[in-house]
Amino acid sequence: MYQSTITITLRPSILDVQGKAVELGIHTLGLTGVRNVRIGKSIQLTVDAATEEEAKRVTEEACRKLLANTVMEDYSFTVTKL
Amino acid sequence: MSASRLKFGVVVFPGSNCDHDAYHAAKHVMGHDAEFLWHKEPDLKGSDIIILPGGFSYGDYLRTGAIARFSPIMNEVTAFAKRGGVVIGICNGFQILCESGLLPGVLLRNRSLLFSCKHVLIRAEHSSSRFTGAMSAGDILNIPIAHGEGNYFADPDTIRRIEDNGQVLFRYCDAYGEVTEAANPNGSVNGIAGIMNAEGNVMGMMPHPERACEASLGSADGRKVFESLIDSVVTQTM
Repeated sequence: MYQSTITITLRPSILDVQGKAVELGIHTLGLTGVRNVRIGKSIQLTVDAATEEEAKRVTEEACRKLLANTVMEDYSFTVTKL
Repeated sequence: MSASRLKFGVVVFPGSNCDHDAYHAAKHVMGHDAEFLWHKEPDLKGSDIIILPGGFSYGDYLRTGAIARFSPIMNEVTAFAKRGGVVIGICNGFQILCESGLLPGVLLRNRSLLFSCKHVLIRAEHSSSRFTGAMSAGDILNIPIAHGEGNYFADPDTIRRIEDNGQVLFRYCDAYGEVTEAANPNGSVNGIAGIMNAEGNVMGMMPHPERACEASLGSADGRKVFESLIDSVVTQTM
C-alpha cells in the first residue's frame, strides 16, 4: 500500500483571483511582506499497488484524467510506502 | 420525428437546476417535444437535440462539470455528438462540455470572485452556424447570466484557432455592440460568451437563453438561439 499526496495549483500564467483576495486579507493583518499567494488543492489517495512505480503510474493517470484539468492546472505528487 | 416537430432531450444530473427552464422553453414556448433524460440511464430516447442544462452538477465538486462527464448518459451524448447530433450546453452544461473534451478550453472562476446573476448583452458574431442562423452578425441579445465560474480561458493557440475558424459565436458587449472590458462580466478571454466545436454541432454558452424566451421574463431574445437550432435541424432532416 502506498499513500499519494497530490498538490494541484493553477498554472503560473493564470491569474489566481482567489489568491489575490487572500493576499489582500493577509496585508490587512499587517503582514505586508507577503506576496504571490496561490491557492490550490491537496488530495490524498491510498493506492493498493505492488510497487512504488505502479502506485506512481496510477496516481499519474488519476491526475491527468480527472484530478487536474491541465488546461488550467498543474499537478505534482509524492508517493510514500504505508 | 415528423419533419417539423423535434424532440429535445434535457439531461438531468444531480444538481441540475435549469432543466425545467430548458424543458419549458423547448416545449411550451417553442412548441416542440421535450423529455427529461436522467443521467444514469444511457438512453437519449430518440432526441433530436440534446440540452445539458445549467445548475451545479455534483455540487461542483473538484471542478465545475468535472464529475458529470462520468455519468452513464455522457457516453451516449458524446457518441451522439460524434455522429453530428446537435448538443447545446448552457452554463454548467458548457462547463461539462469543456470537461468532457467536446469543446475546447475551460471556465475559470470569475475575475471578480463573485457569483454574477444579472442580464447582460451579448453580440452574435456571425449567422453561419446552426446556433445563430436566425440572427445577423452584430445582433445584440439581452440574456441573463448566473455563474461563479464563467471566465472562459484557453491557451493562446487554441484561442487563435477558434477565432480563425469562426467558432466564437457570442461575446459580451455594451449597448453599442462594442466588446469592452466594462461589458465583460467575468474576465473571459476576448469577451467570449459562447463557442461551438470545429464541426459546428456542439455549442456551449454561459448566458441562459432558456430564461429569456418570453417578454414577461424581461427578454425574449433567447428564442433566437432556439429558433436557429430548430431551423438547422429541421432543414437537415427534410
